[in-house]
Amino acid sequence: MELDREKLLEMYRKMVTIRRFEEKVAELNARGVFPGLAHLYIGEEAVAVGACSALRADDLITSTHRGHGHCIAKGCDLKPMMAELLGRYTGYCKGKGGSMHICDFDRGILGANGIVGSNIPIAAGAALGIKMMRQDRVVLCFFGDGASNGGSFHEGLNFASIWKLPVVFVCEHNMYAISMPTKKSTSVANIADRASAYGMPGEVVDGQDVLAVYEAARRAVARARRGDGPSLLECKTYRFRGHHEGDPGRGTTYRSREEMELWEARCPIRLFKAKLAQMGILDEELAKGIEEEVSRAIEEAVEFAMASPFPPLESALEDVYA
Amino acid sequence: MSSREITYAEAIREALREEMARDERVFILGEDVGVFGGIFGVTKGLLAEFGEERVRDTPISELGIIGLSVGAAAVGMRPVPEIMFADLLPLCMEQIVNQAAKMHYMFGGKIKIPITIRVPQGAGRRTAAQHSQCLDAWFVHVPGLKVVAPSTPYDAKGLLKASIRDDNPVIFFEHKMLYRMRGPVPEGEYLIPLGRADVKREGSDATIVATSLMVHRALEAAAELAGEGISVEVIDPRTLSPLDRGAILGSVRKTGRLIIAEEACRTGGFGAEVAAIAAEEAIDALDAPIRRVAAFDVPIPFSPPLEDYVIPDKKRIIEAVRSVV
Ligand SMILES: Cc1ncc(C[n+]2csc(CCOP(=O)(O)OP(=O)(O)O)c2C)c(N)n1
Ligand SMILES: [Mg+2]
Repeated sequence: MELDREKLLEMYRKMVTIRRFEEKVAELNARGVFPGLAHLYIGEEAVAVGACSALRADDLITSTHRGHGHCIAKGCDLKPMMAELLGRYTGYCKGKGGSMHICDFDRGILGANGIVGSNIPIAAGAALGIKMMRQDRVVLCFFGDGASNGGSFHEGLNFASIWKLPVVFVCEHNMYAISMPTKKSTSVANIADRASAYGMPGEVVDGQDVLAVYEAARRAVARARRGDGPSLLECKTYRFRGHHEGDPGRGTTYRSREEMELWEARCPIRLFKAKLAQMGILDEELAKGIEEEVSRAIEEAVEFAMASPFPPLESALEDVYA
Repeated sequence: MSSREITYAEAIREALREEMARDERVFILGEDVGVFGGIFGVTKGLLAEFGEERVRDTPISELGIIGLSVGAAAVGMRPVPEIMFADLLPLCMEQIVNQAAKMHYMFGGKIKIPITIRVPQGAGRRTAAQHSQCLDAWFVHVPGLKVVAPSTPYDAKGLLKASIRDDNPVIFFEHKMLYRMRGPVPEGEYLIPLGRADVKREGSDATIVATSLMVHRALEAAAELAGEGISVEVIDPRTLSPLDRGAILGSVRKTGRLIIAEEACRTGGFGAEVAAIAAEEAIDALDAPIRRVAAFDVPIPFSPPLEDYVIPDKKRIIEAVRSVV
């Protein structure tokens, strides 16, 4: 896949969309309109957009509790997504799932998961199904650093490796699992180091650099599609907000302001914008146009969601069985 | 003993602090229990007081947390692991059900596994199907485990202290929506023995056996029904296993009517067990069919109106009582 001007601008637009979408969620949460927990993706946009840009429309992703960015990057519709977040009947899951459980099968979003790590063997299983059906699709699995310490990670990677499954494991290493720093929770310095235990390539990637993520993902996806098996990419990144919106001081009980500022200085959107400007692809005027277009789309999504009804009570009893 | 009011979370923290001070074999491990003070703030301050050795932040490894607790208990420690949400108990079922619950029996009584697994459960926070379940009944079905579910700060403190001193594995279910509830807790030390129910309200026309958060819904229902001249007795078993059958049967013999209120879904639930006990041992005393008030048999939906619809409330308890008196 060549990164032409149009594709690069599309990547930029998606990153901005994720950022503005999440800011809107934060605002709705602060206003008390947003029910439940909001785990925002702000700061990590380059990972989802870089990785999903290496996928075809018919490829699949599995997502996490911090999944809004993955879904937007994979191309989901903002309207049913916002409606789902606000518990409306027009939402992706008819209001039954909420923020942690967005699913859009048509766009290859196999579902976001509230149980840390559980999407990893599911991704390997989806890859197994694809392989058995002789399709050439690829599954890309997002998960956090915290997830890499659970059994699901280790079992999922082993299976993917022994059966050479077309799956790419993308670890979003944002340095913490809630308050737990990776250096205290994890036996290796780089999560990518664990790949060698499962006989697959492991690569550490700058998760603030969307083009670096894209390049690494492109290679891993190509390898998976060729039938050569899985890869593990570790994208070093940082969440700019708290674990969820209720996390006091955006996480200052367990991390320092200095550390936060160091990472904020490497805002993935700002970095990409500068790069695109340097390449002569993006100027202030075009950037402003994109901002306006994105805000409009998000406002429309909020209006759509707010105007949508809550689900009828009887619907709570539907969909238990297929 | 002077009296004062503290929250359910504070009562649990006091029990932990007192038991850790009393017995150095007692230690805490779990996700975010140290620096962060626990996802619901229950263990706040304990790291500063007892240090990293005895308040251990762990990786996200529920199976490991319980497996390590079982091993440490087997050699003489008294771990108090915290599992962040009841919905994560399925991840450590193997260690709880096949190991902790069975080792004493299977090894002919040679090994004791004194662990107390603290775990919040319950709906009401709009966190959908994977973060809202009540799974207490599952563990009642496992011989070798004790299951505790306090509904007040007073009970939480006395029962947790007794659980930690118990030589068996105990699953201690806290309710998320009760952490901020205040209630009287005496300053001095006290224990509440496992296996003893509490009459939360006396009455003569009907018995409601309610657990955890539903105790409060049942008390609200009883207060409203009193205005209609219906006198309801509310029994809180407090420990679901071992169960205080005597207290339940005694109340049923007195009132002749039994309603069970539980937050978990209905089929195969704790209410079914209580109903079976009453049917087996006090059918002669029953003047009306037994009624169960429980969640509908569905996963917990996210959307607020749906969640409120699925979980039993005061109104459904009142209707159940009215239908039999
Ligand atoms: C198996 C499991 N354990 C614990 C939790 C509670 N929990 C939700 S998110 C989270 C931290 C996850 O950390 P990480 O995988 O690094 O993802 P991040 O939140 O940093 O994006 C925890 C402990 C859970 N949902 N599932
Ligand atoms: Mg993390």
